[in-house]
Order: sequence, then C-alpha cells, then structure tokens
Amino acid sequence: MKRIAWLLAILFSLAPATAIAGVAQPNEDPQIEARMKALTEQLRCLVCQNETLADSQAPLAEDLRTQIREQMKAGRSDQEIIAFLTQRYGNFVRYRPPLIPKTYLLWFGPFVLLPVCIVVLYRYLGRRKKLIQDKPLTAGERKQAEDLLRG
Amino acid sequence: MRPLVLAIPLALFIALVAFLLIGLQRDPHEVPSPLINRPAPAFQLPQLQEQAKTFTAQEMRGKVWLLNVWATWCVACRDEHPLLIEYAKSGAVPIYGLNYKDDRAAALQLLKEEGNPYVLNAFDADGRVAIDYGVYGAPESYLIDRDGIIRFKWIGPITPDVWQGKILPLASRLNK
Repeated sequence: MKRIAWLLAILFSLAPATAIAGVAQPNEDPQIEARMKALTEQLRCLVCQNETLADSQAPLAEDLRTQIREQMKAGRSDQEIIAFLTQRYGNFVRYRPPLIPKTYLLWFGPFVLLPVCIVVLYRYLGRRKKLIQDKPLTAGERKQAEDLLRG
Repeated sequence: MRPLVLAIPLALFIALVAFLLIGLQRDPHEVPSPLINRPAPAFQLPQLQEQAKTFTAQEMRGKVWLLNVWATWCVACRDEHPLLIEYAKSGAVPIYGLNYKDDRAAALQLLKEEGNPYVLNAFDADGRVAIDYGVYGAPESYLIDRDGIIRFKWIGPITPDVWQGKILPLASRLNK
C-alpha cells in the first residue's frame, strides 16, 4: 500500500512537467491561439510522424508553428495555410486526407465493404437456417425431459 | 464449390502477407516530396563565408547543380561530409550548401578543419528557406536542372550507391 502511495506521488509530481510542454505563448492573441490549436491538431509533424504539429517538441515543428502564427496574423485562412504546408511537404502532413482520386478507396472503401458483408452474412445465415429441422419429440423423449425438469 | 470457398481465406491471407511484405521494404520516414519536377523555390540568402554577399537559387540557371542541406549539429551530415568531399573532387556535379539553422562560426570551423566540398554556402539562419524546400531531416539533397526544376531529392546522407547509381546518371542526362 505504501509503495502504491509512493508511485502515485511520483506520478503526480511528473504531471505538471508534461502539462507545461507545448502550451501556447501567453502573450499571444487568444483568438489566434485557439485557431492555431484547432489547425495544428490536424497536421502531422514530419520529424516524429505520430505526433501532431500541436504536440510536437521537434525544432521543425516549432518553426512551423511560428510561421503558421505569422500567417494567421497576416490574415491568411486555414485553407491557405494548409496549402502552404502541402506544397512543401505533401498531403502527408494532413491527418485528415483530402478527397482526391488517390484516396477514393480510403474514403469510400468502408461504405462499399459494409453492404457486401451484409449480403454475404445474410446469405450465409439463410443457408444455415435451412439446415435446422424441427422434429417433434417422441413420447419417450418427452417423458425423459419431464423427469429431468422435476429433478 | 466447397474447396473453392475454403480457398478464399487462404487467398486473403496471401494478399495480406503481400501487402505487409511491400510495407516492410518501405521507409515511412521518407515522405515523397511534392517538389519533384517543380521549380526550385527562389531564395536570396547571405553567404556563409562572405556575409556581405548573397546567394540566390535564380543565379544558378543554366547549370545542373546539387543543393545540400546541412548543419554542424546534424550528426548524419557529419557522416556525409567526407563523402561529399569525394564527390566534389570528381567535379561531375557542383555542390552548393544550404547551411541550415547553424552557428556561423561552428560551420566555418568545420569546413576549415574537415575540408570544404561546397562551391558556395548559403546561410539559412532561421530555416525558412529549408521549410520552403520541404526539409524535415537534414541532410537532404536536391538535384536541380538548368531550368531551375528539382529533378531528384535524397533524404539522408548520399551513399556512394546513390551517387553512382542515381545522381550521376541523372546529372549526365540533364547536362546533355
């Protein structure tokens, strides 16, 4: 029990350190920071690919955040900023892939697969149903069952 | 009918294994650059050696050249450095450097101590030009043709295989 208490104490002492990482600059315009957060959460950091641009501590991510902030202050729209990034790094920077011919399978595949699976399942279950045959119990079987039920 | 149905899971399994095998051969860290066959982004930067002078990508029109993004803090770039010196000696493709978010003194020191494969170096202090080129892991190298179009990009140190097998043949074709 004491050990668990210790572990918990260590765990909670670590929490503030991780919470500080990646926070918005305090002196910045809160409206821009809110837009920054929403946008950079949809973008991938190319250095550590499973992190968003919002979370990443990589120097490149910091530079990109600085540029995005500048562009927002200059009045550029989110679309323009995403275009700025995809021109340089490709669609891979977007966590939400765009709808282009190359991604049709990705976007529509599940909707094609679902009805196919439903049809297959339906037919399979139909075939199994035919195998089930209801036979009435014989007098002997009925008596046996009643005995069992009575214990 | 029966054996055919039974073969379906096997076929699916083989297809899955095929996809996984292809996946194993690929490096997910190598993101294909959208800049291939596009004009190299224009820039004007101070030179590393002579601060007062500038270097622009535009002045390289008419030449096939290699732009190598490097920094002294980048370990892989240091591995690449002696190779670049070898490649530069061959004189096949002029190598220009983009010194990326580096300390000027440290960069000059390295070139002095370990040799200088670069015709010239541009000094990209805040890394903005590198971002325009889609750099995300130095060293990165771009082969740019006479019309200023990027024809090839290599991420990571240029190994002798890449130099011999990819860059040299492409450069000689572009020089024709």
